[in-house]
Amino acid sequence: MKYDIVLAGVGGQGVLSLSAIIASSAMREGLEVKQSEVHGMAQRGGAVLAHLRLSDKRIHSDLIPKGTAQMILSMELLEALRYLDFLSPGARVVTAQNPFINIPDYPELDQLISVVKGLPGAIIVDAEKMAKEAGSVRATNMVMVGAASSFLPVKRETLLALIEETFARKGEKVVEINKKAFEAGRG
Amino acid sequence: MTEMVLLGDEAVAMGAVHAGISAAYAYPGTPSTEITEFLIRYAAKKGKPYVAWSANEKTAYEEAMGVSMVGKRALVSMKHVGLNVAADPFMNSAIVTINGGLVVASADDPGMHSSQNEQDSRYYAEFARIPCMEPADQQQAYLMTRAAFDYSERFKVPIMLRLVTRLAHSRAVVQLDQGRDENPLAKPGDPTSWTLLPANARKQWRNLLNRQKDFLAYSEETEFNTLNLVGEKGGIGVITSGIGRNYFLEIAGSTDCSYSHLHIGVYPVPVQKIRALAAHASVIYLFEDGYPYIERMLKGLLPQSIDIRGKESGHLPPDGELSPEVVRAALGFEALPSPEPIQFKLPTRPPQLCKGCPHSDTYEALKAALAGFSQTLTTSDIGCYTLGALPPYKAIESCVCMGASVSMAVGASAAGFHPVVAVVGDSTFLHSGVTGLMDAATRNANMTLIILDNQTVGMTGGQPTILPSSRLKQAVLGIGVDPEHCQVIETHRKNREENSRIIRKEIEYQGLSVIIAVRECLETAKKAKKN
Repeated sequence: MKYDIVLAGVGGQGVLSLSAIIASSAMREGLEVKQSEVHGMAQRGGAVLAHLRLSDKRIHSDLIPKGTAQMILSMELLEALRYLDFLSPGARVVTAQNPFINIPDYPELDQLISVVKGLPGAIIVDAEKMAKEAGSVRATNMVMVGAASSFLPVKRETLLALIEETFARKGEKVVEINKKAFEAGRG
Repeated sequence: MTEMVLLGDEAVAMGAVHAGISAAYAYPGTPSTEITEFLIRYAAKKGKPYVAWSANEKTAYEEAMGVSMVGKRALVSMKHVGLNVAADPFMNSAIVTINGGLVVASADDPGMHSSQNEQDSRYYAEFARIPCMEPADQQQAYLMTRAAFDYSERFKVPIMLRLVTRLAHSRAVVQLDQGRDENPLAKPGDPTSWTLLPANARKQWRNLLNRQKDFLAYSEETEFNTLNLVGEKGGIGVITSGIGRNYFLEIAGSTDCSYSHLHIGVYPVPVQKIRALAAHASVIYLFEDGYPYIERMLKGLLPQSIDIRGKESGHLPPDGELSPEVVRAALGFEALPSPEPIQFKLPTRPPQLCKGCPHSDTYEALKAALAGFSQTLTTSDIGCYTLGALPPYKAIESCVCMGASVSMAVGASAAGFHPVVAVVGDSTFLHSGVTGLMDAATRNANMTLIILDNQTVGMTGGQPTILPSSRLKQAVLGIGVDPEHCQVIETHRKNREENSRIIRKEIEYQGLSVIIAVRECLETAKKAKKN
């Protein structure tokens, strides 16, 4: 078994903390994990890409070979489209519906949504709204963990446990909001 | 045995801690920064080792040499181009007789994710005639760093640890052993081995050359260099180095082909092992991230019967980083099928200055101040503010190396160009711009220097600058800049017109002027508020 996820978003959107929850959960379940991140210049409001690889065997490459990923998990609508060549046939694209507009030539939203909807296996999540309903827009990335969770080779309980541990030092309320956000995303 | 999830950089840091380092020095630079960031967090909890950001890579290196001279172990880390700055102590530290283990971690950036070139540090190690170790994964990053300190003391040379971006910034589980204690203080009995007067240096140099055979013997025996011959003679051979191994194994594991494989993690290259592979194979592929360093060595200049395939032969692209795809294509396999490409033009999303960044206010004010001149030159430097070269600002016209904005402006003004403005960040100024300003002050160069004082090293994640903002003006005046023409402005949207007027006035002044544009980085301020 191997499960490769391309994580996409814009610098500052919490892509790495999203990745960390899934990675730690997979490790808790005894899987091998590699997570390749982007630091430095690219983080300044630019497109960010992380590779998360889960397997029950040894993982050699830190980078996912193109044509082999099972999922693109994106915090941002446009960024969901940037790395499609990494996907294997039959893979999933799970993306937040919300645009992050910091470039002058950002596409028309309706057009963008229809392109994403046209992808086989696409799931578009109204993540910011769900996070707000759960109690904080800052939990948007946990909505996305929830949205991805039913496809991941990791149990729901393990993900929830890791969310609890990760946010514990911020208090019970923050933990509850993030767990709620996760459940909302899981649907 | 314990386990930790670590970035490649962090595995180096833990390796150094467990090797018993007493001190670590660095100047921030992607992709090496996280080594020192990790050590700072570690030392805050455990009380040691001593960890510090230095003014630049040269001072960092020299501080580490001092630690070594008195018998203790030191790690010095930098990005690849930082080694250019530290090249003087680096080259000469090879000649002295290293006392406490000295390891220099140099993090290369093939593909230039966050750098101005993709120079390959392995050439530096060979240039200095010292061994180099190149980990393939996070576990090796830990093990090799530990081994490098022992190696350094055993052979009394500095050891280079070469990293690349994809290892530095990738996370995996690392198995850790028990740590080793620090060395006791022990000054060398014979100071001539550290005093490179020509008579001593000749002796030391010969001594280093005499040890080359020992380095080679270590390369032949170390378990970091592994040779695995398979099948009949005349088959396919592969040489990998560093993370090239991972991409090769990934691709080879998905095929039925068998390859004889030599992995090189320690340099000088193991000659006997290479010869053994060459005797067994008729074709050798080279997968190394960076320059075709081993490939060129193998190829030499004269015709040969063996078919060597790599970057020089055109089997891999000559530039950029290695990837599974590049290795796959080189080995002759077709690309894997991926979904139909979409018929939709994706706009790019380059990095950009944060909304409300003080640099953007300075750039707006500067552009207004330069309006109306028939020609202008604005040199600049390395940091977040380099993004001012991109739209919508398009405010700067150069970015070459740390501090060059200042010295290039000195040159351009001497050539007769006017107006010339140099724009440099506070940390870059203190790193290497301050020497250029001495030249400018001595000659009263007809130029204006703008120091962007955001009170942090922004691009690498907000490390403290070596001098606080409050001492920057004193430093500038101490060099001899006319106090009448050293202005401190608060760079802010609300002051833009006034600031533009001040900048214009100083640009029109025939002589050297310095403007310090002050306002704290938004990210640093946000972080400070959080803590």
